[in-house]
Amino acid sequence: MNDFFTILTASIVAINCALLGVFLLLRKMAMVGDAISHAVLPGIVIAYYFSGEKGSVLLLVGATLSGVLATFVIDLFSRKARVQGDAAIGMTYTLLFAVGMILIATLMQGNADIDQECVLYGDIALVNMDKIIIDDNLYIGPRALYTELVAGLVVFGSIIVGFKGFKLLSFNEDFAKSVGIKTSRWHYYLMGLVALTTVVAFEVVGAVLVVGFLIIPPATAQLVTHKLKAMLVWACVFGVLAVIAGYMAAVYFNVSITGAMVTVSGSVFALVFGIMRLRRSKSAKSVIAAEI
Amino acid sequence: MHSFTDFFSFSNANVVYVVLGMICINASSALVGTFAFLRKRSLIGDAVAHSLLPGICFGYLVAGEKNPVLLLAGAFLTGWISIFLVDYIVRHSRLKQDTAIGVVLSSFFALGVVLLTYIQKTGSGNHAGLDHFLFGQAAAITRDEVSLFVVILVIILTVVVVFYRQLVLLSFNPEYAATIGLPVRLFEFVLTSLTVLAIAAGIQALGVILISALIITPAAAARLWTHNLKWLMLLAVVISIFCGVTGAYISYARTAMPTGPWVVVTLSLITLGSICFAPRRGFVSRYYIRRKNSRKITDENILKTIFKLPGFQNQDTELTFTRVNLTEIRPFDTKELHRGIDRLIRRGLIQKSGDDFVMTTSGRKESARIVKLHRLWEQYLLRRTRIDTDHVHSGAEAIEHIITPEIEAELERELGIKGIPEDDY
Repeated sequence: MNDFFTILTASIVAINCALLGVFLLLRKMAMVGDAISHAVLPGIVIAYYFSGEKGSVLLLVGATLSGVLATFVIDLFSRKARVQGDAAIGMTYTLLFAVGMILIATLMQGNADIDQECVLYGDIALVNMDKIIIDDNLYIGPRALYTELVAGLVVFGSIIVGFKGFKLLSFNEDFAKSVGIKTSRWHYYLMGLVALTTVVAFEVVGAVLVVGFLIIPPATAQLVTHKLKAMLVWACVFGVLAVIAGYMAAVYFNVSITGAMVTVSGSVFALVFGIMRLRRSKSAKSVIAAEI
Repeated sequence: MHSFTDFFSFSNANVVYVVLGMICINASSALVGTFAFLRKRSLIGDAVAHSLLPGICFGYLVAGEKNPVLLLAGAFLTGWISIFLVDYIVRHSRLKQDTAIGVVLSSFFALGVVLLTYIQKTGSGNHAGLDHFLFGQAAAITRDEVSLFVVILVIILTVVVVFYRQLVLLSFNPEYAATIGLPVRLFEFVLTSLTVLAIAAGIQALGVILISALIITPAAAARLWTHNLKWLMLLAVVISIFCGVTGAYISYARTAMPTGPWVVVTLSLITLGSICFAPRRGFVSRYYIRRKNSRKITDENILKTIFKLPGFQNQDTELTFTRVNLTEIRPFDTKELHRGIDRLIRRGLIQKSGDDFVMTTSGRKESARIVKLHRLWEQYLLRRTRIDTDHVHSGAEAIEHIITPEIEAELERELGIKGIPEDDY
């Protein structure tokens, strides 16, 4: 039963990340996603320090804000200060991550809830420790599962309601601007959702490995299809596939669960990449053969 | 203050190792970082840093212990593979470079985490300290490692000095480098290898995530101060070393403080300072330049408008006017007009008399000079380009403020005009 809940929780993380990741990739902002996921760290530590618990709303808000702040700072560096784009991303997230580390060292001394390891790969194995039990004996799953579900609803709802907006933002920002759509509003909305998702996923998969969930499945989906809706579906499929297979591998080899999930995800990417290359070279050969 | 003298007297051997180690690491990474920055490949360093982790674990599994050379070899190998994979993915699919970086980075890092937990759980031998590679532990730098870092720094320095011209050409114009027969792929290989080497050296002190800052930030900060590549590299190295030693000192003075994050924070603070205060490219100086320019434009527009006042051509009588006279000819923002006239009074071009203003002799001269530049440019556009008479005015309106006396003389010579051209469009 515990296995089931762990896989279910991680699957929802994977789906949330995959959906948003598709839009990030289409906007050529994969590394901005990477930056956000690192940059939520100081927000998480500060909010945790003041609220004293992991599940608080304050933590959610604080950390999400620090993620959005990161994208804002990147914009400021690259547009106003004329630092070149990739350097701006690198500078911003390393700074915020360093601040987070210093805060952990000063505020969190001897605190078991937020330590360095959990920053890296989360506590997915411990997800089941924090249970929600109603009527004294009815166990309806870990708390993280419900946090993820709520976040999932927010992400899913936002994408359905704002589908047109996100689509325009991803494919033709200039056109969207010219017909009077406030693109920067949509941009920061997307960034806010990414930050929210990484924050919520923090205790499950950690701040660093969440990048694997955010980028790899959508990248694999991009190899398979050109169509946006199909891309979203494929990304979710690849994400959940990696979660299930990764969990089983991790249990079998007795290694880090999150690490195994992302490793499997990367392997799936390599596999799909290889298959697409083979098919393309085959079809190219058959075209040449037909012409001869 | 006690800890300060303690630290900088270098009486503690540990302090010496840490400081020497930081100097070597920071100098190496700032050097290769400059080239990465110029080639707009800063984030590649990020991919490499994360990808070193599985290599380090392989190195440990092969050696069965923490042998620095084998760990470095493993790290070098996987770091190299990661750069190759990023390039391969970009070349053979529709995926963008940053997507490819993200995919490679997280896959390799995850593999590293898996191997790390595998090593920890099988629990054979002495694996303590392997997790230093994740977050960095500068205080743990040993004597052997310092000598290794020195060797790496010497290698990087030698290559950069010997192949300086080739590397510069490759960074600024790889296509041209290829056409003149430079083995571009070879030098790309060399540069990539140096990058991997520098990151591999620094990773134990800074950790996989923060080491990217050592590659990216020094060059970005130094770039704000200079256009000269040699100065850029020197400055990047100096900034980086300064921050390295500062970070080491802070963690020495306050035991709980980690070194790596403080190095990164001081680096970022210097960069932020540069962004604000660097000459010419900084926020502050750009603001002043912009303000100076807009003031100059307002002043010259006022002078030009005075030229059009009915009494201007009559040199014998005094030319008096009010602000309203000016706004009737050309719409001015009231506030700007007030300030502009105040400035002109201070420059002695206008005098105040009661509620009116009087033009001085030097004011008349300056006014005529601007109008002359304007009309000269109009004539130039008319004669040398195919621009119509009703379009030359707007071009001249912009250029008149930046024509230097040399260009003025050139224009006069070219057009054969002496004095102010008659026609005004």
